[in-house]
Amino acid sequence: MHSISHWMNKPMRVLALLLLLVSTPAFAQQQPSGQPPKQTDEFVPISQLPPQDQLPAAPLLVTAYAFVWVVLFGYVVSVARRLTKVQTEIERLDADIKRGTRT
Amino acid sequence: MPKWFTPAAVVCALMFAASPFLIANAPYEATMGLVQKIFYYHLPSAWVFLLSAIICGIASARFLFGGSPKQDRLAHAAAELTVLFGAIVLVTGPLWARKAWGVWWQWDVRLTSSFMGWMVAWAYLLVRKYGGPGSDKLAAGLALFGMANVPFVYISVNYWRTIHPATSVVPTLPVDMGIALWFAVACFVLLFVLLLRMRVRLEEQRAKLDALYLSLDE
Repeated sequence: MHSISHWMNKPMRVLALLLLLVSTPAFAQQQPSGQPPKQTDEFVPISQLPPQDQLPAAPLLVTAYAFVWVVLFGYVVSVARRLTKVQTEIERLDADIKRGTRT
Repeated sequence: MPKWFTPAAVVCALMFAASPFLIANAPYEATMGLVQKIFYYHLPSAWVFLLSAIICGIASARFLFGGSPKQDRLAHAAAELTVLFGAIVLVTGPLWARKAWGVWWQWDVRLTSSFMGWMVAWAYLLVRKYGGPGSDKLAAGLALFGMANVPFVYISVNYWRTIHPATSVVPTLPVDMGIALWFAVACFVLLFVLLLRMRVRLEEQRAKLDALYLSLDE
């Protein structure tokens, strides 16, 4: 089995370890934006939200119109089904009366 | 169904299909922007909601004082449509308010009185369904209160402090906005007439079925 000591002599191993120890805190301190955010020590009020924080109108508009269409369509289907059911029952009763029987 | 019903239903469907194009072409409102376009379905459904409550109330009064079953069937049908269009008003309104006012709901006089009118219509239907014998007259009494609430809903925005837009916005609408609105109003009124006719027909058929069962029992 090949180990690190097989292809690296002792001074090289020491140097690599030192490099690792020195570079790790430097990487840890790095921030994606470069500068660390400042601590907030007061809240500053503004009268209007910045554009990126404002609630988008499109989902509300689409929800409203979709709700209206779905509810109206559902109601039409509901009344049509109830009407069909009652008419079917009337026809069945009429047929029973004509035959002189009742189920 | 009457002969006019099917052609009117086709016209109504075509009008509803065309209405989003007119609404999309209407100009944006300066302070509310895109979300104000909810107005074009919100207001007509609110008017039909109030119209339905008035029809329910008048038919109920005629049933109470004249005893006509035909008026009772009309009142029952109108009460269901009051609940339907009231639901549309009470859902589209908060969706608009969330963006325009920053809140879903405000317990001001317009919203509260509309909600009360909707609850009265629900009470009417629940009394009819679960009230047992005599519930038709109890429900008719409720419908009178529902109708009495209508003028209160309408004028509330002009007499009390509220953030809801006043009734004066409609007569002062620019032409492009007015065309979209009045077209949507025509759609909703025609739909209301068609649904009312369908719903009355259902009540008529139910009455016929009851009469058949009674004749069989005798």
